[in-house]
Amino acid sequence: MTERKIVIPGEVIVKGDDFLPGEGTARTDDGVVAMKFGLGEEVNKLVKVIPLSGVYQPRRGNVIIGEVEMVTHNGWIIKVSDSDSGFLSLTEVPKYVDKNEMEEIMDVGDVVVAKISGVNRRGVDLTIKLRGLGKIDEGVIMEANSNKVPRVIGREGSMIKLIKDETGCNITVGQNGLIWVKGDSIEQEIFAKEAIKFVTEKSFVSWLTEEIERWFKEKKGDKR
Amino acid sequence: MTPKIFKRSDGRKNDEMRQISAKVGVVESADGSAMWQQGDTIAVAVVRGPRKMHPQHQQDPTTGKLRCTYSMASFSVTERIRPGMSRRATEISKIIEWALSPVLMLENFPNMVVDVYVTITQADAGTRCAGINAAALALAHAGIPMRNIVSSVALGKLDKTIVVDLTKDEEDYKEGEGSTDIPITITPKGEITHIQLDGKITGEELKQAIELAKKASKEIYEIQKKALKEIGGEK
Repeated sequence: MTERKIVIPGEVIVKGDDFLPGEGTARTDDGVVAMKFGLGEEVNKLVKVIPLSGVYQPRRGNVIIGEVEMVTHNGWIIKVSDSDSGFLSLTEVPKYVDKNEMEEIMDVGDVVVAKISGVNRRGVDLTIKLRGLGKIDEGVIMEANSNKVPRVIGREGSMIKLIKDETGCNITVGQNGLIWVKGDSIEQEIFAKEAIKFVTEKSFVSWLTEEIERWFKEKKGDKR
Repeated sequence: MTPKIFKRSDGRKNDEMRQISAKVGVVESADGSAMWQQGDTIAVAVVRGPRKMHPQHQQDPTTGKLRCTYSMASFSVTERIRPGMSRRATEISKIIEWALSPVLMLENFPNMVVDVYVTITQADAGTRCAGINAAALALAHAGIPMRNIVSSVALGKLDKTIVVDLTKDEEDYKEGEGSTDIPITITPKGEITHIQLDGKITGEELKQAIELAKKASKEIYEIQKKALKEIGGEK
């Protein structure tokens, strides 16, 4: 792992012309400069800034969790973030829908796991045509900062796998910061929520996976 | 007659600013927030967005927009001021907008708006500068793409002496040529994004004032940098 350091807008991350400016950066006469506040990182000559704060920006391919805000005549409007709503078209639902009884499938207030199929000027388009997507019927939803989502998932999913294995819960993390926890009992779900909360609060620690392993050991020790 | 040596009422040196403290992330519910205290002036800036512009007719499909709102708390001065927008508040809102927009890159947020709310909770001159400094921090904290951070400082001329960061007492200075107020906003590269002048000054003196502003803004930039770096470890 390369060294990461906090950078502020206008700060030179690396000097010289041998580096490629990635996301949140730009090349100037002085070198590669940060254009955003966040963690500056350089991997294989590619420099980028990982944001630490700010609103969620929808991207194609992201899996999100959102609440149905409105039912229209040809689809549903789903809340993606405070500033964005997505449109889930009738044709993107993998089963027959009676246009007169769309509320039967999904009603206002229902929570849906959906994938962003496209982002354009008009808004965000959603789909639930893939496995693992669709309406949520059970379990609990918790909110986290969308910027902490990469830490909750971990490198190649290591963190989320660990939490799933240790708690026995099924967890789906939406890129917009909503997390769906589904376990066999409420105790398990609360335990998983606690673990995720621990990760989001300690998201700046370098050896987080090791830290959470220790945390699980302690917690399990208490129970015995 | 020997020239009298000028002395500031609070004993500061001519190029010495008031005590500054800054904190980022003071408002939990905001996308970005910051507090800037300079002597007895305190400004709190809150950023929300980028989000969809409302009213809709103000949406611009080619770029995002910046919208600032400056307000002084009714208790911020000794005599209660009427809350809400006044002529002065509207004007300063626009000034803050103009001072900040050159460094922002909102091209990738069509139809969106970034709202900046600057509230002065305690006022002792230089509120717009404190507001701009706080707003710059809050915008960075909100993860808005920016070319650079801006630092703002108020210069002044008391009779014939150029001084930095006036207090309210100094702003009301009446002797000789009286007081001149020059708020300036500069990027660390020395690009001026905003300059105002209220009073009388010669061209030569103004040049001198700008040089002093550049020096002072470097100090401010360092404080802004420190405030932003501090929260990285915390969050």
